Amino acid sequence: MEVGATRGRMAVYLRDNQDKVIGRWSELVVAGVRGRTSYDEVQRELSEIYALVVRVLADADEHAAGELRATLDELSRTRARDGFTPSETAQAVFSLKEAVYELVADSADLVPEYLAFSRLVDDLGLRTFEAYSAAREQIISDQSTAMMELSTPVVRLWDGIIAVPLVGTLDSARTQLVMEKLLDELVTAGASHAVIDITGVATVDTEVAQHLLKTVSAARLLGAECTISGIRPQVAQTIVSLGIEFGDIATKATLADALALALRQAGLKVVPQ
Amino acid sequence: MERVPILKIGPTLFVSIQIDLQDESVLALQEDLAERLVATGAHGVIIDITAVEIVDSFIGRMLTVIGSISRLFDAETVIVGMRPAVAITLTELGLSLSGVRTALNAEKGLEILNGKS
Repeated sequence: MEVGATRGRMAVYLRDNQDKVIGRWSELVVAGVRGRTSYDEVQRELSEIYALVVRVLADADEHAAGELRATLDELSRTRARDGFTPSETAQAVFSLKEAVYELVADSADLVPEYLAFSRLVDDLGLRTFEAYSAAREQIISDQSTAMMELSTPVVRLWDGIIAVPLVGTLDSARTQLVMEKLLDELVTAGASHAVIDITGVATVDTEVAQHLLKTVSAARLLGAECTISGIRPQVAQTIVSLGIEFGDIATKATLADALALALRQAGLKVVPQ
Repeated sequence: MERVPILKIGPTLFVSIQIDLQDESVLALQEDLAERLVATGAHGVIIDITAVEIVDSFIGRMLTVIGSISRLFDAETVIVGMRPAVAITLTELGLSLSGVRTALNAEKGLEILNGKS
């Protein structure tokens, strides 16, 4: 009961000094963000949070705590997207303590009230930190998904001949995706030849080679023949020195050679006009 | 136990697997196929697995065994219509179905058999 009363008194105090505290708080926050947001915008954001903090302290209704968390999460997400650091984001909340402290510093009788308030602000600060890192992780996973989708196109070279130009680093997840897309495309296009072009792949190690071999044997199970093209001189040296065997899989230096081979196997011939 | 029907079309036996394969039905199919190969003297077997969504190592091995049995009767086996997911599973299991040929669909499978004869 005692704690509730203390928090209640702090709520009354904060409500009475609303304009002063918000003004000082906004100044502190604006100084911290070095001109990346305007004073008015900061003040608008903080007034909203301030009102919710007062409601939570006053224990007025049960929705206040949830609303406050949601507002802080939103603030942290925006900050994370706008490229603020986590400390800058948390600092925005912690400056509230400083702004209030400057006011209560002279009155010794408000110490328990200030402590209760301080504990609440600490929790809120941690909350922003958590929301900030969650938002960052979300951004990272969105970007990697976007990259995955961008980087694995399957193109049709000829009737019954498709190609997958691979660019970048091949890891298990990507190779799996490439394999699935290639096989799906083989079935939908009814293609019997596939060319895997690795011109854009910087390094080929045993793991990557293993993945390529798996893709080729899966395609064979569907009844399609695969050719690997675009092996660069350095990559060829690596492959040989690692002792990787491509077995009976056809490998070609360029995509053009691979296409010529696929056309020949399909019984087609390119003749000059 | 469900049995898989074996159809004779010209010199080719056509097996379309439309059921969830149980171990007994697979063994029964092997026996039936061997009998039909002797009775008809067919030179090719097409096994259509378009409807098969799940395979395990036993079924994977069964396909290879059917290929070996058919070869004893001088018949070539072509597996047609494998789904990408099934192909990935078989590869992960390390089964490359040596001794049988594969084709995207029944039409291409027939072309392979006719090209041979």
